Amino acid sequence: MSFLPNSDDDIRLMCKEIGVDSPEDLFVDIPSRVKNPGIELPSPLSEQEAFHSIVRIGNTNRRVCSLVGGGVYNHYVPAVVDHLSSRSEFYTAYTPYQPEVSQGTLAAIFEFQTYMCRLTGMDVANASMYDGATALAESMLMAVRTTKKNTVLCSAAVHPHYRQVLATYAWASDIVLQIVPYKNGSTNYDELSHILHNDVACVIVQSPNFFGVIEDIAKAAQIAHEHKALCIVTFTEAMSLGLLESPGQLGADIVCGEGQSLGNYPACGGPLLGILACRKEFMRTIPGRLIGKTVDQEGREAYVMTLQTREQHIRRERATSNICTNEGLCALRASMYLSLVGNKLLELATVNHTAASYCLEKLVALGYERVFDAPFFNEFVIKINNAKDVRNKLMDNGYALGIPLDTYYPEMSDCLLIAVTECTAKDDIDTLVTLLQTI
Amino acid sequence: MSNIPENLKYTKTHEWIEVQDDYTGVCGITDHAQEMLTDIVFVELPEVGLEVKAGEQVAVVESVKAVSDVYSPVSGRIVEVNKALEDSPDLLNSDPYGKGWIFKIDIKDKHELDELMDASSYAEHVASGE
Amino acid sequence: MVSTMQTIFSLHKKGKNKYTVPQFGEKSFDPIPEHLCRSKLDLVDVSEVDVVRHYRKLSSLNFGVDNGMYPLGSCTMKYNPKINDAVASLVQFTGQHPATIEELSQGALQIMYELSQMLCAITGMKRFTLMPAAGAHGELTGVMIIKKYFEIKGERRNVILIPDSAHGTNPASVAMCGFTVKEIPSNSDGDVDIDALRAAMDENVAAMMLTCPNTLGLFDRNIITIAEILHTHGALFYCDGANLNAIVGKVRPADLGFDIMHVNLHKTFSTPHGGGGPGSGPIGVVETLSPFMPVPVIEKKDAQYYLEYNRPQSIGRVHSFYGNFLIMLRAYTYIRMLGASGLKQVAEHAVVNANYLRVKLQTHFNLPYKRICMHEFVINDEGMPGGITTNEIAKRLLDYGFHAPTVYFPLIVHGAIMVEPTETEHKETLDAFVDAMVAIKNEAHTNPEVLKAAPLTTPVRKVDAVLAARKPVLQWEE
Repeated sequence: MSFLPNSDDDIRLMCKEIGVDSPEDLFVDIPSRVKNPGIELPSPLSEQEAFHSIVRIGNTNRRVCSLVGGGVYNHYVPAVVDHLSSRSEFYTAYTPYQPEVSQGTLAAIFEFQTYMCRLTGMDVANASMYDGATALAESMLMAVRTTKKNTVLCSAAVHPHYRQVLATYAWASDIVLQIVPYKNGSTNYDELSHILHNDVACVIVQSPNFFGVIEDIAKAAQIAHEHKALCIVTFTEAMSLGLLESPGQLGADIVCGEGQSLGNYPACGGPLLGILACRKEFMRTIPGRLIGKTVDQEGREAYVMTLQTREQHIRRERATSNICTNEGLCALRASMYLSLVGNKLLELATVNHTAASYCLEKLVALGYERVFDAPFFNEFVIKINNAKDVRNKLMDNGYALGIPLDTYYPEMSDCLLIAVTECTAKDDIDTLVTLLQTI
Repeated sequence: MSNIPENLKYTKTHEWIEVQDDYTGVCGITDHAQEMLTDIVFVELPEVGLEVKAGEQVAVVESVKAVSDVYSPVSGRIVEVNKALEDSPDLLNSDPYGKGWIFKIDIKDKHELDELMDASSYAEHVASGE
Repeated sequence: MVSTMQTIFSLHKKGKNKYTVPQFGEKSFDPIPEHLCRSKLDLVDVSEVDVVRHYRKLSSLNFGVDNGMYPLGSCTMKYNPKINDAVASLVQFTGQHPATIEELSQGALQIMYELSQMLCAITGMKRFTLMPAAGAHGELTGVMIIKKYFEIKGERRNVILIPDSAHGTNPASVAMCGFTVKEIPSNSDGDVDIDALRAAMDENVAAMMLTCPNTLGLFDRNIITIAEILHTHGALFYCDGANLNAIVGKVRPADLGFDIMHVNLHKTFSTPHGGGGPGSGPIGVVETLSPFMPVPVIEKKDAQYYLEYNRPQSIGRVHSFYGNFLIMLRAYTYIRMLGASGLKQVAEHAVVNANYLRVKLQTHFNLPYKRICMHEFVINDEGMPGGITTNEIAKRLLDYGFHAPTVYFPLIVHGAIMVEPTETEHKETLDAFVDAMVAIKNEAHTNPEVLKAAPLTTPVRKVDAVLAARKPVLQWEE
């Protein structure tokens, strides 16, 4: 398959105009001994062959009823989102450098910023980061820049992958990263108070945390602020923001996390949607793109990328981040999703919680142990004897039951982190319970 | 040709200082500097009380697509900053030697003033295109 | 085309929102305490018809590759084959959860594994990671690998060299890893100034980052010498692969002496740019740097694909999961369709198109570097009648139905206009672009007012960026 519109004659004609005999003459600057290597790739395919070949590969992926969360969630994506985000005026454009022909992207991302501010309780939200983990790492860098302090405290109940990404970024930037232990499924606040000192830039907690438990954000913020540290709240399940009090209301200074749940697919883990929002006083240290409202020369409402002097293309090594390309189309999908679902997000989030509570209730009735007795949103931890065997058998019967936690927390053997969303029907749970009784 | 008042002293990096009395200097950026920067949209002011050396960066001025550091012409302690610039950075464009002043400094060593350019030297400096 | 811009918020009216949430039919067995719940939710209530018309209207205010030629230099705005999006919409891929990828999504791992191998074949690198979510993320990952390499070697090197023509992401990525940037000037031919490079070399230099071909659209003729100088001093050579489209299939960066590189799948390998992302910025390395790659890496044993975490010298994790899979899937589709011969033709046609435009335009516009270019070239506004500027030319091009080139970059060319036509534009489209540029030049003589007022036909006229920056309004307020 080829997408080259020029014929051999066109190319000959153009070469003649250029003053060369063939395209090869244009590659004179490449050292000849390494030029035109034999590259071994599979033979070219027609579109039809490529499609069928990839469908065949795709068909080796197994579709099951998945009760798996832990950073990516299975939510329904309304048809409107796929339909509208497939308009190629959106997805074949790039970063809106020319605002006069990019008002579509700019206005939609401005809406995204607005939605993120309203969900997080912050004043400023950027136009997106790569994913939740890197949004958190950038929030950490922001806190270090703002406070000019170099130690960061992070709760052990933050998603292990996020902590690993934090560790990578902290190492690269010579930041000291300390982990605060958990207790009864949430951050150990006594221990946090104990460890915290005045040289700490920020305290990081996740809510709902990796165990699904809703953290006491107000307490985290209060403890952090007592020591002039910033409070960063992260989340992996954006759906929870529809029901739970916004972190901003509870005292957070920076709120960041994963927005995949809002109109984007699990997609084997990407693309995802990093969200980063902060209080107004940190506006000039936020990384990434910001869209601002303004007017055109005839006084009409218009949008434009703004406060760009923070960014790499202007401030280079002194920029607030190196980020350039972000996850624009995923942010656009989130805008469309939130516009459609709107204030019904509260009801939808409530259904998520109700379904999860039903599932937990049924599992406890089977005699399994609820590990943490604490308020949760749509994820919880359950302990099952021989959890891995049970999980494997269920997988052969069409169910993916949670994530084994001992991979990340060796002390949590036989514990599974289970997620339930609006996509898990009551029948699915009842069938699961029957299966568990027979296995 | 940009405006270069006679009564001020200048730096190569396009700051001016007006010596108010024996100890206090008022500083800003020159008319030429604001012209080069075009519309100024933001000024990052130093903290009052900050001790600086001559040539040290004290403030930042930004246009939509450029960032420029402002250096202190002399050593000393910052005693006052122009808070009006926080809401009206355009004062730097409209009145760089007046309402667009950036900071006042308690001059540590008056001899440093002798190192600075007078109006005619600065005019030559600007004309040389540096 | 006059429009009155509106955001979705102006359509809000209580009672309009009929979105129906599926009911679960039970009450919570474990209600969330009220003090943890939100007191108010303040999104929007509009109808589905409102949503559809609103975003359809917004889309009409945008210009994408599907609207017309988009010669945005260094961004490789080539046509995005629709089959890429068709495969990326398959539920076999979109519906799969990353945490169960080894157990349930062997097909997805196969795609990633094979894509890495194909990228190795194309670039000559020994190993690829697909985790970085964009070019800049790739750079950051790459610089981390460089840092780790010297850390394990026990060498304290803290300087990275960057040519003055580099993208801003290069110095920014370097700074995020605690290195100091030392800028190396370009010579009058647009190549790296070799004497300046030699003078900058010492035991503190960890690496040099070079965009190949560079941002002037030129292939550095001293590239082998540069690699030798760096390697003699024990330093690494990083290739910013943003411009790989010019040389894909023609030369493997590893053969030029590069030790590490990123590629932008959304540029060379035709995945759509999404209005600013998602992209994908895989990193490839030579054998010696392989131990430092981020975790997990994908391995294959007995026809099974698995994730390997036990890599003690790894820099660690850089992404929540494995990177932007659906972008990888699109690039995989593209490479499978084109094969080695097709990719080589991509580079050849991209370079012919750019040189054709260069030759046609250089009689009308100033061309600071007068030599054969690769996939793009840089002209500027020097000598334009009536002091017409680059920005005015760019805005007027919008009226002629073209997206503007990259402007005011690279920084070493005053008033730069960086033109990258890509291989997917036909000669006739290139001729039309030349006609538009020449018409603009003529307007500079005959009717400069129209250039100063441009654009005149776009959905909005010149946008006030100064107001936006002076009085930032970053979210909707009633």
